[in-house]
Amino acid sequence: MKLSKLAIVTAMAAMVGGTPALADLVFPSLSYRTGPYGANGIPFADGYADYFTLLNERDGGINGVNAKVIECETGYNTQKGVECYESTKGEGALVYQPLSTGITYQLIPKATADGIPVHSMGYGRTSAANGKVFSHVFNYPGTYWDAASIIVNHILEENGGDVKGKKIALVYHNSAYGKEPIRTLEELSKKYGFELMLVPVDHPGQEQKSQWLQIRRERPDYVLMWGWGVMNQVAIKEAANIRFPMDKFIGVWWSGSELDVAPAGDGANGYKSVTFHGVGDDFPIFEDIKKHVVDTGKAAGAGDQVGTVLYNRGMYAAMLAAEAARTAQKMHDTKELTPAQMRDGMEALKVDAARMTELGLAGFGPEINVSCENHGGPGLGAIAQWDAAKGTWSLINEFGPADRGVIDALIMEDSKAYAAENNIPERCS
Amino acid sequence: MSPDFLNFIETVLNGLMTGVMYALVALGFVLIFKASGIFNFAQGVMALFAALTLVGLQTGQMPFSHLINATFGTDIHHWGPGLPTILAILMTMAVMIVLAFTIEKVVLKHLVNQEPIILFMATIGLAYFLEGFGDLMWGADVKPLDVGLPTGGSFWLEDVTTSWATAGSEYYGMYIDTLDVSAAIIAIILVIALTIFSQYTATGRALRAVADDHQAALSVGISLRSIWVIVWSISGFVALVAGIMWGAKSGVQFSLSLIALKALPVLILGGFTSIPGAIVGGLIIGVGEKLAEAYIGPLVGGAVENWFAYMVALAFLLFRPQGLYGEKIIERI
Repeated sequence: MKLSKLAIVTAMAAMVGGTPALADLVFPSLSYRTGPYGANGIPFADGYADYFTLLNERDGGINGVNAKVIECETGYNTQKGVECYESTKGEGALVYQPLSTGITYQLIPKATADGIPVHSMGYGRTSAANGKVFSHVFNYPGTYWDAASIIVNHILEENGGDVKGKKIALVYHNSAYGKEPIRTLEELSKKYGFELMLVPVDHPGQEQKSQWLQIRRERPDYVLMWGWGVMNQVAIKEAANIRFPMDKFIGVWWSGSELDVAPAGDGANGYKSVTFHGVGDDFPIFEDIKKHVVDTGKAAGAGDQVGTVLYNRGMYAAMLAAEAARTAQKMHDTKELTPAQMRDGMEALKVDAARMTELGLAGFGPEINVSCENHGGPGLGAIAQWDAAKGTWSLINEFGPADRGVIDALIMEDSKAYAAENNIPERCS
Repeated sequence: MSPDFLNFIETVLNGLMTGVMYALVALGFVLIFKASGIFNFAQGVMALFAALTLVGLQTGQMPFSHLINATFGTDIHHWGPGLPTILAILMTMAVMIVLAFTIEKVVLKHLVNQEPIILFMATIGLAYFLEGFGDLMWGADVKPLDVGLPTGGSFWLEDVTTSWATAGSEYYGMYIDTLDVSAAIIAIILVIALTIFSQYTATGRALRAVADDHQAALSVGISLRSIWVIVWSISGFVALVAGIMWGAKSGVQFSLSLIALKALPVLILGGFTSIPGAIVGGLIIGVGEKLAEAYIGPLVGGAVENWFAYMVALAFLLFRPQGLYGEKIIERI
């Protein structure tokens, strides 16, 4: 009797269980929705989360496996970011998007030791683009050094290829992030003969009178900006105040969102920024996001950020993570993934124009080919310009390449120095 | 005149204007410290909260809209077209007075006779609460603020001063932001009003009595709690003015709370208990850091003004530990 009862219970349990449930694919989001940089952190975090929600709601996940986003608030603070990493890595985290250069620098050795990939998309340590040295760090589709070179290419284009004797100022956040492009710009200044003027701004950048008085006196032909948060808004406002021509003021992709130009109002008209992805919400993917995520009340935020620059960037980062997960599933013939398999997927990631069209993102970004040697991707970028009257950004040229001769040499030099310091043997041979 | 000399004058003038902006923030600290001995860590967040409320009322933003929409499934973001600027400023002031009442009722009254460090810790808690509350109430996006004050460089000054330079020299005129000029005028009016209030009104005298000696003031029937509400309300008003001026520059955003950092060297230099000290301290720090950035900065790679401000303040401390105008503390054993 007892045996037959046990048999029934066992049979019922088997029926209820059916095929064992697949574990979620976990994508931690080291976000910052509070603090001085919260305004910038919210749209990115919303875009990142909403894309995975879209995949779950519309497609039933990634190849049938639910994608799970674990948010951890860093407040854009490096120490908190590391704490977030430590507290979430045991949850089955497949890839980290640290969303801060400071946090990225801290995670490079930790995540490498833990075997978890890091995707510092368009930020972090530029020389991590060398996959021979940085096995677990990826910064595709472009790096800060690509950004600097693409901006200089744009300036060259505007000046018929000759910028000899021109003066280009760099207004930069006085931090590891802000200092990243200096080395590249110094090399490009030697190559093209322009004079480079360095203008640091201390954190947080709320007061920049000295810097803009200096710019006003020295009259550079162009001003480039590597800023973040309030530094961007104040710089654009000060530039407008001194009547610096806005079409000669070009920011990196972290200095080119709607938030940055809003306080200057009409004064910001014509301001430019380099970007590695499309702008606006005129892509089919956004209709899906509105239909499956926003209108159903499943959006990560208020749903009012869809189509803004930083939302699009977060969404793009999630799309690249999802595509890398698909690649990993195919490579390893499995639906559940480990961080090591995810890393393999990221290293073999290929997103061509046809796939972008399938994803509802035709023309949103350049084709991406990641390899063992190249973790930085294509390094292409376009220039976006702000129209204050319409309140929109528009791309004013095609996605173009950086000066690979200069950039690749710098990446090699820096990454080899890092490898020597840390006794890292080269891979990919 | 040589362009170099004109540039020097321009740097000094801009330093003075910036100093006024710092002094606006420092004033709020001084008012509360003078009346209650509390170093109000939340002063910067109060400026942020006041500015957020002002923009919210000006633009007709629905407070707590995220919370309301998430709870009731609605899609409400605005209650109307918004209030005219003057009315919005008055309403914001009313909100700051309510806030002062609440702070007294919920926090301060329970901490009477506690050590200053306990009161300081309470204001740290208040700062975090107010920041989160402001976020919940008005959202975290960057909000442009326009109260009708002129902004941008003065064309008139540029034109006039261009002719002062030696003929043939490359000089583009002197630059002063008209918003800074407005801030300076408002600060002067504010200081005069505060001085008249504290010298010639009964409440002002009571406030000074409390500042001098809590026990003595209580013994002659002055209500410590009423004085605290009044002083926190005035401080809320000063925070509103600072929030407007700084918010007009950068947009109203959460980094506005960091302007408190700019007030610290001013307070160290001017003293924590003196209104003129806050103004003079602000001017010295403003001019000092701008001159340092212009003339020392290029020699050491720039970005020296933040630490230079603290260096100046510390140098003053060596000679006058109580600050320029602070009260000398003599304790006899």
